[in-house]
Amino acid sequence: MNHDRRFGLARQVALPGPLRLDGGALLSPVEIAYETYGTLAPDGGNAVLICHALTGDQHVASPHPRTGKPGWWTRLVGPGKPIDPARDFVICSNVLGSCMGSSGPALTNPATGRPYAMGFPVITIRDMVRAQGLLLDHLGVVTLKAVVGGSMGGMQALSWAATFPHRVRACVVIASTARHSAQNIAFHEVGRQSIMADPKWRGGDYYADQDPPAAGLAVARMAAHITYLSEAGLTEKFGRKLQARDAKGFGFDADFQVESYLRHQGLSFVDRFDANSYLYITRALDYFDLAEEHGGLLANAFRAGQARFCLVSFDTDWLYPTLESRHIVQALNAAGRPVSFVELSSPYGHDAFLLEAPEMNRVIHGFLEGGA
Amino acid sequence: MILRPDLAIIADHVAPGARVLDIGCGDGALMAALRDRRGVDARGLELSAANVAAAVGRGLAVVQGDADTDLAGYPDASFDYAILSQTLQTTHQPHVVLDHLLRIGRRAFVSFPNFAHWRVRLSLLWGGRMPVTRLLPEQWFDTPNIHHLTVDDFRAFLAVRGVAVEGAWFLGSGRPRSAAAANLMAEHAVFLLQR
Repeated sequence: MNHDRRFGLARQVALPGPLRLDGGALLSPVEIAYETYGTLAPDGGNAVLICHALTGDQHVASPHPRTGKPGWWTRLVGPGKPIDPARDFVICSNVLGSCMGSSGPALTNPATGRPYAMGFPVITIRDMVRAQGLLLDHLGVVTLKAVVGGSMGGMQALSWAATFPHRVRACVVIASTARHSAQNIAFHEVGRQSIMADPKWRGGDYYADQDPPAAGLAVARMAAHITYLSEAGLTEKFGRKLQARDAKGFGFDADFQVESYLRHQGLSFVDRFDANSYLYITRALDYFDLAEEHGGLLANAFRAGQARFCLVSFDTDWLYPTLESRHIVQALNAAGRPVSFVELSSPYGHDAFLLEAPEMNRVIHGFLEGGA
Repeated sequence: MILRPDLAIIADHVAPGARVLDIGCGDGALMAALRDRRGVDARGLELSAANVAAAVGRGLAVVQGDADTDLAGYPDASFDYAILSQTLQTTHQPHVVLDHLLRIGRRAFVSFPNFAHWRVRLSLLWGGRMPVTRLLPEQWFDTPNIHHLTVDDFRAFLAVRGVAVEGAWFLGSGRPRSAAAANLMAEHAVFLLQR
């Protein structure tokens, strides 16, 4: 098994498909970049799928190839952690539409020999999940011990339970929602307009001369980044402190530390992310409404299958507030599904799910192992 | 593990394999006992995040929520039993909570500390102070118990609302007390109710 080239870090596969997308298009081939950790048990019962967030990637517990930073969820995945490769066979794949090796606007369209750019079909969260389903088929994984995700990853986890109810035994949904609100869509629209207003965007056709709409993408990231934090967190970290100066400059440099911080967030983001991917994935998020896919009643999404659910929210998360998790809990109760839910306290807003959260780890560990 | 006496009574009288909603389930002690001893499919609702974390940590399905506000989302007759142990007196609207209990469960267990127990009476009568006892250990200003009631209060309440009592158990100083003497001698009461 260890010599099977399907398993390990930095894997990539082109599956023939075709994958019929929610928008009606057929995608073929379906390229998926992914990583696996640990060993698939002979009975296949230990597979755990980790789903990443908007700007995440497949490097859940291995260093990022461009930034060299540690995996984005080593607090949850790793030796002695709730998801432990010594016990679990962990899979994490780059979502459809992203830019870390899976099919998306930055990848070459085999039909034209050029990047898809805006010729890539608009995708949905369910399309991402169906592509992951194809990957699992390729890996020989029939059912998942658990599907786990935060933020957009949580939406994929919910969509997994609704789309493949008989392939999921447990579903962990952290800091997430069953549908994008008007406010969520509004913030994303600011980001998209910022990218498209950058003259370098050129209708998305910017790959050939290596001159992407970095300014537009950076502003998009800055606006979005504010939604990942909390007012209290920003006040505690920056307040009105000035950046490397004793007095206001009466100009438009980054006088305040918070300005400097956001500019840094924007600039470092453009080195690792593709502007068109940002357009496509935010669109997929905005289209997400799990109830709408099930006759307008969220409970209907969860009637089939035997999955157990665990939801976690954070009290300072105003992007996907606790109320959104409560809606999901109510729907799960109405559908008679076993569900656990806890709102944890954190000063860090939406980003809390990626940070040190011992209570979250305790809940997830108990949920995953206690119900096995 | 040894259960609190009122929980032990409830655990002994839940039918094996039943579906149970434990409202105010704390760290899940009763749920775990019901699951392990009687094969019960138990779900919980609990206010404290730390208690929810502890209960989920032992593999139980517990939702963080408030009996006063979060019961409306549970469908009618979705459980064989709804359990409310030592929680009724902490709710803002005990009558509304009880209506939900009997709507969600086909039967309901309700346990509460009896405010007419003789120690409580003596404390108020002779001491002239709000009683602080083993079962009611908090001072008046920080007690979660905002709707004190007695065994007779509860009986009258059930009679007015036409709720049938299927069983009642009374405990005082660690032993069973008769129904007739309960209002004076019982520290806790456990009622099994049916719509």
